[in-house]
Amino acid sequence: MAKTFELQMSVNGEDVKTQVKPSTTLAYVLREQLGLTGTKIGCEEGECGACTVLVDGEAVNSCIYPAIKAAGRRVLTVEGLAHNDELHPLQRAFLEHGAVQCGYCTPGLLLSAVALLGQNPQPTEAEIRRAISGNLCRCTGYLKVIHAIQAVSQTD
Amino acid sequence: MICEDYVTASTTEEALAILASLRGQGRLIAGGTDLVIQLQRGERKVGCLVDITRIPGLDEIKLQDSYIVVGATVTHSQIERSPLIRERAPVLAQACSKVGSPQIRNVGTLAGNVVNAQPAADGSIALLALDAEAQIANLTGRQWVPIASLFVSPGVSRVDATTEMITAFRFRAQAPRESSAFERLARRKAVALPLINVGVRVLLDADGSHIRDARIAIGPVARVPFRAQEAEAILRDRPINEETIDEAVETAARESKPRTSLLRASKEYRRELIRALTQRALLRAIRTARG
Repeated sequence: MAKTFELQMSVNGEDVKTQVKPSTTLAYVLREQLGLTGTKIGCEEGECGACTVLVDGEAVNSCIYPAIKAAGRRVLTVEGLAHNDELHPLQRAFLEHGAVQCGYCTPGLLLSAVALLGQNPQPTEAEIRRAISGNLCRCTGYLKVIHAIQAVSQTD
Repeated sequence: MICEDYVTASTTEEALAILASLRGQGRLIAGGTDLVIQLQRGERKVGCLVDITRIPGLDEIKLQDSYIVVGATVTHSQIERSPLIRERAPVLAQACSKVGSPQIRNVGTLAGNVVNAQPAADGSIALLALDAEAQIANLTGRQWVPIASLFVSPGVSRVDATTEMITAFRFRAQAPRESSAFERLARRKAVALPLINVGVRVLLDADGSHIRDARIAIGPVARVPFRAQEAEAILRDRPINEETIDEAVETAARESKPRTSLLRASKEYRRELIRALTQRALLRAIRTARG
């Protein structure tokens, strides 16, 4: 029988405690134990980026990230972006620029963009493309996503 | 993913002692970007994962005397952003910036890249071009070994992650008249395996007209990361001109053994890539070495 561990971490600013096994991934904890289904599971092998969340401000693929590694760390998911019904500027820009189509990749793209602007508030287009290079989108062709991120970086 | 237990070690000695007590059932985990997938697919079975990423000091990049020392849990992102490595070992910064995606680079470590022993590993190719050494710690002590001695066959390194660990890499920081460069072609620019990758380092003479010494590392053209030693020998003490570069590039293409692969490309095309990428890397390293 695999051991069970108590995991404590901060998720979207709130301290949470939950039980995990050695093999439990962070994506599983978020979706199945905490009900935060905004984080999507795509390829489950670290290629598509649909499961991207931030751990201590850095983008990670939560589907291949052992949940235990998040102990004591700050996790940010798409549910943590809006405040009191007010969308995050990037969420608003994604809507205004038509950067959302089927929406499956959107949470991951948003978090990669949040990580980028956190470290580099005025990125070049090349830096934006690089920052979202681990997020596959099969609908938008990426241009509208890039325009949305540019809009936020220019107004900041 | 099947795994019974998970321990987070707080010192290297503790990690090694835990591995010893597990008698082959334990395995080190750093970023886990390869290992977790192997476990999820059932390609590996591990009784207990021993996490080394919270061991203090292992996540540092330092200049010690004339050496750059990169700790075992340093990620590709840390290397890519390190001003020290960008300036004084650019081949490694450039190689690490090409691995996977930002999400993978933020988590995956250089040491993990080496221990996984893929002949195409960008980090290994750069370390080979730098004549890097790895420090291996096990119950008998710690020793520095040449990076080239670590690779046994595809996916198999001399470092046994069930009993020992790499604690650091070291290589000489580049001196004046010395530089390095990395080139790579893949089907797309991100999250793609290299068709060919090349890391080179050159040392020029005082007036920048001759090559004194060179290293050329190429992947994946053999069962392990490959050094084009005949091409290196051609460059040694030769004047820098088109003829010298052409001869070295031709030699590198001849002594490499690329294979036709559905994942990558035909061997003919890949041999052409060795020529193009080796030439580009050499010219760029020579240009930056001249300053």
